[in-house]
Amino acid sequence: MIYFELLLEFAKIGLFTFGGGYAMIAMIEHAVVEKKQWITHDDMMNITVIAESTPGPIAINCATFVGYRRGGLLGALLATLGMILPSFVIIYLISLYFDRFLTLVWFANAFKGIKLAVGVLILDAAVTMIKKMQKKPLPRLLMLGACCLMLCVNAFSLRLSSVAVMLLGGLVSLSVFLIQGSGAQKGGTK
Amino acid sequence: MTYLELFLGFLRVGCFAFGGAYGALPLIRDIVLSYGWLTEEQLSAMIAVSESTPGPIMVNLATFVGSQEAGLPGALLATFAVVLPSFLIILLLTAVLKNALKNRYVQALLRGMKPSVIGIVLAMGVWMILKNVFLSLSAPTADWRALVITALSLFLMFGAEPLFRKKPSPIALICTAAICGAILYGI
Repeated sequence: MIYFELLLEFAKIGLFTFGGGYAMIAMIEHAVVEKKQWITHDDMMNITVIAESTPGPIAINCATFVGYRRGGLLGALLATLGMILPSFVIIYLISLYFDRFLTLVWFANAFKGIKLAVGVLILDAAVTMIKKMQKKPLPRLLMLGACCLMLCVNAFSLRLSSVAVMLLGGLVSLSVFLIQGSGAQKGGTK
Repeated sequence: MTYLELFLGFLRVGCFAFGGAYGALPLIRDIVLSYGWLTEEQLSAMIAVSESTPGPIMVNLATFVGSQEAGLPGALLATFAVVLPSFLIILLLTAVLKNALKNRYVQALLRGMKPSVIGIVLAMGVWMILKNVFLSLSAPTADWRALVITALSLFLMFGAEPLFRKKPSPIALICTAAICGAILYGI
């Protein structure tokens, strides 16, 4: 039964993969390419690129893709459901008791420490992404520009959403592409 | 209308969350702070919990916020909303618009959006660290603990690689910070 297998396999991935995002891609690849051979390695590369270019959780993008390939719409639904189910149950249970735990002094203190580490984790995620970024002037400029803009937004409590900043970056890149394109065309006709 | 707000808020996260879990955090922060669902403190705690439990971080955060705001129905609704856009987009791309992403204008747009997301994440990390350290230092009872734990975390993440041969995993860093917090703030 492919439907049941899809649900079960993705539930396993959802249950045993910590860290989300890119950590999950490795697990998914192992499960669906090597073990189950549901899709090929090339498919996996493709879906990784697609996942990076589309919004939403990367693991969900992968689950939907693999599920659709093996079992159509129902397969896509079940694979996605399998991916979500374990963490949903775990997080829901934690959320029921979380506030009560925070009234314990040592637990609250531990979370004061954790709060400080989360900033460092986010900084590390950014640094890792910067290292993988294209080493070209325009992406670097956009990255720095977006960073400075968001720091100002935070420092002066401006009302500008991060989505607007992201879309602005996209529009700048598109404009540069169009201007360069028209320039190249003019050059070509000479 | 908490239910509608939860649904719309996390639908927005699902629609605009480029760059994986950490890419989505600034957007999630925007939304949970503007609706007043969480304080900055609670958000940090939940990011740590989501990072330390299995499953996609974005989904974990949606479930957590939904449950805190409106119980089980809220959790279901927020989780559904955060997943829906990517589910539909992938179906659309694999079934119908197979070449949409190869379109050169789409590519040009994405080439600008990706580095911008990285810059936004960088700003959030830098801002959180600065705020944590300076707020506690400028408080009437200047607090050195935040500085110590932040410095230790920074060292472990960026300076300890030659020492221990590899970077600590996020969970290892969270555990270390938790122990330091429990000890330092306890004395």
